Order: sequence, then C-alpha cells, then structure tokens
Amino acid sequence: MNTPSNLKYTKSDEWFDPASGAMGITDYAQSQLSDIVFVEILVDEGDTVEVGKAIASVESVKASAEIYAAAAGKVTAVNKDLSQKPETLNSDPYGAAWMIKVEGGKTGEVMDAAAYEKYCAERTN
Amino acid sequence: MANATTAPKIVEPTVFDLSSPGRKGVSFPDPDVPRAKLPESMLRKDLPLPELAEVDVVRHYMHLSKFNYSVDGGYYPLGSCTMKYNPKINEDTCRLPGFLFTHPLQPIETVQGNLALMYQLQEWLKEISGFAAVTLQPAAGAHGEFTGVLIMRAYHKSRGDSKRVKMLIPDSAHGTNPASSGMIGLQVVQIPSDARGNVDLKALKEQCDDTVVGMMLTNPNTLGLFDEHIEEVIKLVHDCGGLMYGDGANLNALLGIVRPGDLGFDVMHFNLHKTFSVPHGGGGPGSGPVGVVAHLADFLPEPLVGILEEATDDEPPLFGFIKPAKSIGRMKAFHGHFGGGHVRAFTYIAMHGPDGLKDISQYAVLNANYLLARLRKTYHVPFDRICMHEFVAEGQFAGSDVRALDIAKRLMDYNFHPPTNYFPLIVHEALMIEPTETENKDTLDAFADALIKIADEAKTQPDLLHNAPSTTQFGRMDEVKAARELVLCCWLPEDYAEKV
Repeated sequence: MNTPSNLKYTKSDEWFDPASGAMGITDYAQSQLSDIVFVEILVDEGDTVEVGKAIASVESVKASAEIYAAAAGKVTAVNKDLSQKPETLNSDPYGAAWMIKVEGGKTGEVMDAAAYEKYCAERTN
Repeated sequence: MANATTAPKIVEPTVFDLSSPGRKGVSFPDPDVPRAKLPESMLRKDLPLPELAEVDVVRHYMHLSKFNYSVDGGYYPLGSCTMKYNPKINEDTCRLPGFLFTHPLQPIETVQGNLALMYQLQEWLKEISGFAAVTLQPAAGAHGEFTGVLIMRAYHKSRGDSKRVKMLIPDSAHGTNPASSGMIGLQVVQIPSDARGNVDLKALKEQCDDTVVGMMLTNPNTLGLFDEHIEEVIKLVHDCGGLMYGDGANLNALLGIVRPGDLGFDVMHFNLHKTFSVPHGGGGPGSGPVGVVAHLADFLPEPLVGILEEATDDEPPLFGFIKPAKSIGRMKAFHGHFGGGHVRAFTYIAMHGPDGLKDISQYAVLNANYLLARLRKTYHVPFDRICMHEFVAEGQFAGSDVRALDIAKRLMDYNFHPPTNYFPLIVHEALMIEPTETENKDTLDAFADALIKIADEAKTQPDLLHNAPSTTQFGRMDEVKAARELVLCCWLPEDYAEKV
C-alpha cells in the first residue's frame, strides 16, 4: 500500500495535501472499492466546503461511496478530467486523480502517514 | 457437469438476426370494410421490426429461457432477497376469473370479492406485524419505504414540529433506506455497528436530538443478526421524539415469533414478494404494503379498503374505500399490485395459517444456522453468533488472491445461484447467504459441500475460480467494461439512420 508521508489522512480514507490544498481518495480506498467505473465531483470552483461534507460520489463494480472533504476552505480548482477517466482513481490516486483543491485548507481530525497505515492494517485483519 | 464443459456452446442469435423478409407470425383476415389508404407522407420504411414465423419466435424464447436460472430450477441463496419457492397454487388463485377479469374502476358493488380479499389481507398483515393499520398500495419495498418516510414527516409536520430533518440509518442498512430518505429531502446520518453487529448505542445517543425524524432499522439486520439492544435502540429514538421505521425485508425470520409493532416500531413495510411468496427478480411484480401504529393511521395513503356497512343477519358487509383523515395522498394509481401481489400473498397466508407461518420462520432460521455451522470452519464469519434467516461470510483466504466474486462465479459451475456478494458493506468480500425455509437438508449439504470444495480449489487451483464460470452459456462477464462503456445496444442512436 502506498502512503505518501507528506499527506494527511482521514478515517474515511481521503487524503489532503497541506502544501497544494489538493484532496482525493487513498490507495487503500481505491483497492477496497476495486475497479472504479464512475466519479462525479459534487462541488464547483468558488464553493466553500466544510470538513466531512460530500465533495464527490464514486462508484465501483462492488459499491458506491461518498467522498468527504478532508479540509475546509474555498474551492480553487476541480479536476474536470476525472469524470471522463474514473480508472485514474485506481492507477494514480495521489497524483492525476486529485479531486479538488481548496484555499485555506483547515483540516479536522486527520492522521499522518504512519498512523494511517496502522489504521488500515487494523481493518484488514 | 463434465459433459457441460466440453459440449459446444450455442450462441442464440437475436430476433433481429433471425429475421428474414416476408416471414410472418400472424395472418390477418381480409377486412370487411374498404381498406383506407394511408397518406404517403405518413408511411415509413425505416422501421426494422424483425420478421419471423410463430415457431421461430417460440423457439427463440424457449432457448433463451433455458439459459435462465430460477428458483424453480435450483437453489437460490441470494442473501437479503428471500428467494423462496413460489407455490404454484398462487398461479391458480390469481387467475380465477373473478379476480382476473375485474377493473379497478368498476363500481364497488361488483367487486366485493376483491375488496373482501384486500380487507382480509390488511387484517392478517396487522395481526402478523402488530400494527394498527395497513395500506396495500405501495408497489414494492422501496416504494413502501418512501411511503413510510412520507408518513413520518407528515406526522411531525402535523404537530408543528418542523425542525426535524435527520434520518438515522445504520451502516448495515439496505441502500434503499438512505435513498428513500434522500428522495424526500431528509439528511441521512449513518450510525456505525458495534463489534457484535448491533447498532452502536454510544454513536446513536450522540445523534439523538430534536432534529431527528426517526431511524430506519432492519431487524434482523443485513448480517442476519437480531439486534441485542433493540428495545434500547427504539427507546433512544422515541425519547428524542423520533419515530422508528422498520425495514420489513427480513420479516421471514420473525413470523409468529416476534411482532415489530410489539417491539416498538412505528412504521414498517412488508415485502410480499419476499416473505409471502409473490415471485420476484427480473423486475416484478413486487408489493410493499405499509403498517403503522395507531397514532400514524390517519396519515396512511388513500384509499384503504374498509367496511362501509356492517354485516347483518341476512347480508354480508359492504366493503369499499375509505380515506384516512390526514392522508398523505395516493402513492399509486389504483390499489397496488392486486393480482400479482395481494392475491398470491393472501393465498400463501391462508394456506399456511398461523402455525404454518411460524414453521416457515423457524425452518428459515434453522437452515441458515445449519449452513453457518457447516461453513464457519472454512469461511471466516466476522460477526459469528447464532444467526436468524441469513449470515454473512468473508469470501477471501489468507495468502490467496481469490475474492468473493471468484467464489460466487465458481458456484455457478456447481449449478447453484451465487449468494449476494459485496453487501453488506461492513464485511470485507461479503458473501451473504440466505437459504430460506424452502431447501431440504440434502440441498443444504450439497451447497455446503460445494463451498468447502471451492475453498480447497482456491488453494490448489485458483485459476479455476478466477476464470469461473466455465460451464454456463457465457463465461465471466467484463463488469468493468460494461459499467464504463455504457453502450446498451448493438448500435448507437446517432448511427441509427445509417444502419437502416
């Protein structure tokens, strides 16, 4: 499992990059969902998101899931290409599959990479 | 089975492929009035309807029907769906001419038999569930949920209580629960499960406040477990002014044993197409009556079937339609799925009687526990305690890349319908197994043997599972491609003109 050390992680398996303000879903999340076939970003540029509010809806062949904001702030960018290429969430969850970027980026309860890895390991067993 | 793997597979062409110009299935007699000429501008030549003889059509659909799997053809342990055998006497009763040839707009004096049946079914469902009133109108389960949640909202509104916007729903719930609440505009709050598969009481307490419309709970839940704190859960919701919605999907575990109305539920839908042997799958017919406690009865959809004139010594009662005082209105044109749902369910209840219904639930629970006992050493069962009518196992093994989907597909090679998989979401690689009361011990043993053998194959020949099924008409479908490339026809609409 890939868990970049520069990111922050939520219990509901989203990541947040404090440097760029980007957020998305984790490698663990994409592997649990398996092949992702649909993604819809639910917010627009200029919207203000709060921690825990749904920012996207994702569907795989197994399940559908709401993706929640890992940090609060004003939305400065939305990854518009993602809905055309939902498989990017499987292949590059921390890179090309970022979902939105926010300004300000105030996080709620988040974990660092080591704590998140431990949290995932506990759930797999 | 050995033969089936080597036998050549026949691909059935579509009716369009089978079409040949000039073939006819029906010959119309000559008209006895002069034939009118249609205006040239209204004649079209671009309608590529298939041309076939009657025998071609019959054989085509006969072939296709042989590819189907049905509960008449074999064991169907599809968890949460209660795929019980549908007794054939239901097919006789729903085709009785008195039921078959009536119309919902007939004067009530001419359909007293139909109305008497609906009235009696309402009464029986009340008795079975412990509710004060029942509507037969909703078309199926999720429509029943939608009806029930509208009633809950109408109740709060009628009391001037407009702050309530939250619906509490456990993480083990059927997806229809949040969908029904969401459609009404309520805010869905997910409540986690505890380590024993019950509603997490602490998490529930935190959410119970004066903004709660109610809670939607399936009991036994989708893990097949009866909530050990059900009375406490209901009390917490009631204490904050909320109403308790029961999802009746799993009622097959409770008949004659526990009544949801007695437990404290306020509203519940029944799935006549699960518990009461109305056939389902493939889209219909479904039937989702809703029962409510006395203080919600005034909000039921109109009309209900009632007695307009009491019986006398000489005359039977006059049945007709009544409108509840604060009705939420109609949920469906006419009166629900009468022949498809009500007559069949009535037949089933009448045939079994109170003791027979209790037997049904006891055997459904016994069968599930028998299978659980046979399989728990081979498959990890994460919430492993005495189950009700179903249980959920994990379709994965340590050190193996075999997944629940592979196991489910491999079961098809053993001529069993796969169990529900990847639901509920709180179990990894879930395999949700509901045997129902239908199956005898021989069938249950054959199914358990197959699953145990498959677990062994997963170790020794995993590719057998990865490539399964190999004995069916079609092998493993590419579900990812089907979901990503939404092309539903042989050609795209924009190419249509070029094709013809």
